[in-house]
Amino acid sequence: MHIPDGFLSMPVWAGLDIGAAPAVAYLARRAQRDLEESRVALLGVMGAFVFAAQMINFPVGVGTSGHLVGSALLGVTLGPSAAAVVMTAILAIQALIFQDGGLLALGANVVNMAIVGVLAGYLPYHYWGRSGARKFALFLGGVLSVFAAALLAMAELLLSGVRIPGPVLGISVALFLVSAVIEGAITLAVFQAIERINPGFIRAPSGRGAPVLAGLLVAAVFLAAVGVLFASAWPDGLEKLAQDAGISGRAKALIATPFADYEAGFLSSVWLRKAAAGLAGLALVYGVCLVLARAARRRRSA
Amino acid sequence: MSEDRQTRVLEVRDLRYRYDDGTVALDGVDFDLFEGETVALLGPNGAGKTTFVLHLNGLLRGSGSITVAGLKLGAETLTEVRQKVGIVFQESDDQLFMPTVLDDVAFGPLNMGLEPAEALARSRWALETVGMAQAHGRAPYHLSAGEKRRVAIAGVLAMNPEILVLDEPTTSLDPPGQRALVDVLERLPQSKILVTHDPELACALARRAVFFDHGRIAASGKTDEILNRFGWRLRLGARSA
Amino acid sequence: MHHVVLERWSRGDSPVHRRDARAKILLTLALLVLLSTAQDHLAAVSLLYFGALVMGLVAARLPVWGALVRAAVVLPFSAVFGLASWLAGEPERALALAAKSYLSALGVLLLVASTRMPDLLRAMESLGAPRFLLIVAQFLYRYLFIISEQAQHMRSAALSRGGFRRAGFRAAAGALGVLFARSYARADNIHRAMLARGFHGHFHMPAAARFGWADGLFLAAAGGGLALLRLAAGRLG
Repeated sequence: MHIPDGFLSMPVWAGLDIGAAPAVAYLARRAQRDLEESRVALLGVMGAFVFAAQMINFPVGVGTSGHLVGSALLGVTLGPSAAAVVMTAILAIQALIFQDGGLLALGANVVNMAIVGVLAGYLPYHYWGRSGARKFALFLGGVLSVFAAALLAMAELLLSGVRIPGPVLGISVALFLVSAVIEGAITLAVFQAIERINPGFIRAPSGRGAPVLAGLLVAAVFLAAVGVLFASAWPDGLEKLAQDAGISGRAKALIATPFADYEAGFLSSVWLRKAAAGLAGLALVYGVCLVLARAARRRRSA
Repeated sequence: MSEDRQTRVLEVRDLRYRYDDGTVALDGVDFDLFEGETVALLGPNGAGKTTFVLHLNGLLRGSGSITVAGLKLGAETLTEVRQKVGIVFQESDDQLFMPTVLDDVAFGPLNMGLEPAEALARSRWALETVGMAQAHGRAPYHLSAGEKRRVAIAGVLAMNPEILVLDEPTTSLDPPGQRALVDVLERLPQSKILVTHDPELACALARRAVFFDHGRIAASGKTDEILNRFGWRLRLGARSA
Repeated sequence: MHHVVLERWSRGDSPVHRRDARAKILLTLALLVLLSTAQDHLAAVSLLYFGALVMGLVAARLPVWGALVRAAVVLPFSAVFGLASWLAGEPERALALAAKSYLSALGVLLLVASTRMPDLLRAMESLGAPRFLLIVAQFLYRYLFIISEQAQHMRSAALSRGGFRRAGFRAAAGALGVLFARSYARADNIHRAMLARGFHGHFHMPAAARFGWADGLFLAAAGGGLALLRLAAGRLG
């Protein structure tokens, strides 16, 4: 689910851009460490493969067909860091060339699909890839990669104030589940086809080394997303809860920063304030990313 | 003129190579290449021709010895040898991996450590040599098979090699493309090894040929003789030359 | 195919094509932010920005109608949420979503249709994007067309044998398995070709072109223009 521009509010897209940039830089460095730079060709070509693969239709019943999304498949064949880098490149190219997903929203889409999606798709295989539950692990990975990404996207839209009435929310979640199951089935089927051609293509999962942090991250993000969805479906209940706990007043005070409601108060004209705040937000994102990147580079060379 | 003692630019002795699954790919190959000559490597698919040439610049490592222009091929001499032996691969799309033609031809010189300006000058010269100077800014995707092949040759020429190895260079080329290729190759001074299935190409460019079979060189001699001996002409019996 | 068409457009020549890619990227981002943060007078803002983008298409000597149609790929997604907002009693929001997302897509399309991909990637590197990622994207773009064609051939071959419907799921999976294997083998060949020409682990990218005064002027003028349009919308709307 690629979120286009114009849907997310500035705090959401800016926040996710700031979050995604150092994460991507870190994953790029890890992938570079795991493979030599000459293998960069492999990542690019696999990205092109996923793109092209999305053209092949898988019949899934009466008149409908699905297609591969690919986060889970990339995760189990290339490893999670490399897969995340490939997915990021895919998302960037999709945003630029196909206008599938926005540019400001790229951070959000990267977090949803390239980071959480890949991780959620890979973890089951990491733990159970060697056991008898291997097929289920692959299937589950496919399901989780799409489901988690879709729920996250939904949560981001809700946080931005996009109105999604309860029943529509329910139907959307059901549809996500269906496409997630399809992805699980396709991922498993393609994985088996690949293995039949050449078992060497498949990375054996280490199984040990608990990526506990990664698992916790995915779980936390997942729960937060679910929380947001419930919150939007029952806004009154949450409001009452906040009032009872005396939170709402304090929350308001906390975020009374100069950019609250993104209006920079010191400029006179309304539109000027909003545009200035927007551009300042973008500059802030850029600046923070640059600083983080420099700090990371310095730490690395130290 | 006194006795013409030709310089040996390539000496291969007892080259052996097995695949991971144990199959013997090369079973003791001896091969010599002399300065300025063009030798055709003939033989059926799977006989080991491509496997053989991949050893010449160290992409594959078998047992036996390989000496390129007096330099023994080994881990320390890999870089030097790769400059001296330029391989033009069968699949041009996999060789032209940079975004533009000029970027791709400059890849080799830049890796050799040339300054960008010098690398670009070298690249432009190489492109002119193969007649593709006007395509310098184009993306490889848009070139025809023959054009891609010539750009691939330019990419190798830009490194100033002593030996050119061409693996099935006329694959997917139409006759005009093949003729253009032959024109280019005839004018190049390097010693050449030509892996080919194409009897006409072999005759046009190579005076000498060797015939590979099951990982060994079964015969060596004049191209014409080898072709006739192994029945490699489409129509047996010499047609008008 | 869409990317083939855009690639062709990007090889055109116009005053816009000749501008530095960094200027165009920054300008596009400014447009996206101005659109994203617009709250009031949306009808006026949308119309004015639509006019500006059309002018941009004309200046870039691109087929205007073709571009307008291609940018509409974003509309189905917006339509769904627009409908939801409409049902929730906020029709203005529905239109806002549609307008903002469409104009944003059109802006990005103009950027990509007037800038060649290698220049775009190089500009992103000088604006701070991680190099490793950009090189992956560069290779992805380079082989996208070839591998898509292969996938299309497989699809045609399958369709002429009754399509994947009959043979079903497993046949499609098999086709993807083959495509994967061929792509992997291709990557191996590329790797070998890189080593054969002396690759030592570091790509030498040619430096980005200079940022000229024409580019600076362009950025300032166009950027200022967009800001002024926002102001004008406030007065008119």
